[in-house]
Amino acid sequence: MKNCLVVDDSKVIRKVARHILESLDIKVTEACDGRDALTQCEAAIPDVVLLDWNMPVMSGMEFLQELSRTKMDARPKVIFCTTENGIGHIKAAVEAGADEYVMKPFDRDTLESKLQIVGVI
Amino acid sequence: MTDATNGSGATAFTGAMRILAGLLEARTGQILSESRIWRIETALKPLLRANGMANLEELVSQLLASTESGLTDDVVSALLNNETSFFRDLQTFDMLYRDLLPELAATKQDKVLRIWCAGCSTGQEAYSLAMQLRKDAARWQGWRFQILATDISKAAVARAQSGVFSQIDVQRGLAINDLLRWFEPAGDDWKVSDDLRRMIEFKVDNLLEPKAPGANYDLILCRNVMLYFALDKRQKVFSRLAEYSRPGSYLILGAGETVIGQTEAFTASRNFRGSYERAKAKPEKTAGDIRKSA
Repeated sequence: MKNCLVVDDSKVIRKVARHILESLDIKVTEACDGRDALTQCEAAIPDVVLLDWNMPVMSGMEFLQELSRTKMDARPKVIFCTTENGIGHIKAAVEAGADEYVMKPFDRDTLESKLQIVGVI
Repeated sequence: MTDATNGSGATAFTGAMRILAGLLEARTGQILSESRIWRIETALKPLLRANGMANLEELVSQLLASTESGLTDDVVSALLNNETSFFRDLQTFDMLYRDLLPELAATKQDKVLRIWCAGCSTGQEAYSLAMQLRKDAARWQGWRFQILATDISKAAVARAQSGVFSQIDVQRGLAINDLLRWFEPAGDDWKVSDDLRRMIEFKVDNLLEPKAPGANYDLILCRNVMLYFALDKRQKVFSRLAEYSRPGSYLILGAGETVIGQTEAFTASRNFRGSYERAKAKPEKTAGDIRKSA
């Protein structure tokens, strides 16, 4: 079973994402900011991280930068998940190491297609 | 609006619904089954609102009184199911890119690949194919691609031709690197690059009476289209597709579709999953003959 770490400061978004991911047979863990996510990734590397952009303590971009500096046996796939759809934001996310990008609110089909693209399902 | 529920609470056909379903079948050959009645009201609501009509009965009265085809075309377009997405059924596109297209290429000394997306809806399939072909420039050096994409819905073809897709459209199935490479922002939407758009010719066409230019297609994609036709219509479409494809070419159907028991013009490919190879000889048996001999 694949693992997904859902990183978002919104409890509602985490709940919606969990519901969709579990329906796709993916095990879900949650983090409410980038720092929490980094700690969890260091303890156990997930297959994929669904990552919010704007969060307190450590943002999604800061998490990506820290993740690229952290020595790990394997690197999780990262799907950036945000309300920003400007091309500047998308390019910045890809340049920082995001594998995919999804706009909120997302539905099951959208998330499923992104997970297929990054090879998790 | 006329009550369209029967005693069990399920939606039942009203007279107006029967007329509208009949119109769709007469124009396109597509059938709206009892289980999809709900679609008539849902699909036509925006059109009723735009034309200031209160209900389906009023719409039918206008259709019967009208001498122009504009409203009829709009009704048919609205009733057609245009569900599609970029790289729909990703495994099919992977198989095409990895296995089938190189195999086809090996048989084509003229270095011209003729592809027909039959029932292209709003164009995502044709654009996905074009992106796939452009992915590996070195492999296709010196090749010419002729991609024809047809659909019976004028509105769908117009959207496909415009190359403009919403944020929701590009989110479904399109990899972020493909979005950045092949699209540019257009307000809140995204527009396909002219380079990619020029690879495809979009046309309005009825699969039951196709006027596809030329023939000898090497590859036909007709996915999730046959399921809307009755068996006799399906058989007719299969024989049209066979007419326009060269022997040894391939047909790709949707995941839940098959040629078995419907045509002998195509046989399931042993090498490529979900693909059907065009028989060498022209089909002679009808679907009725096939069922009798089974």
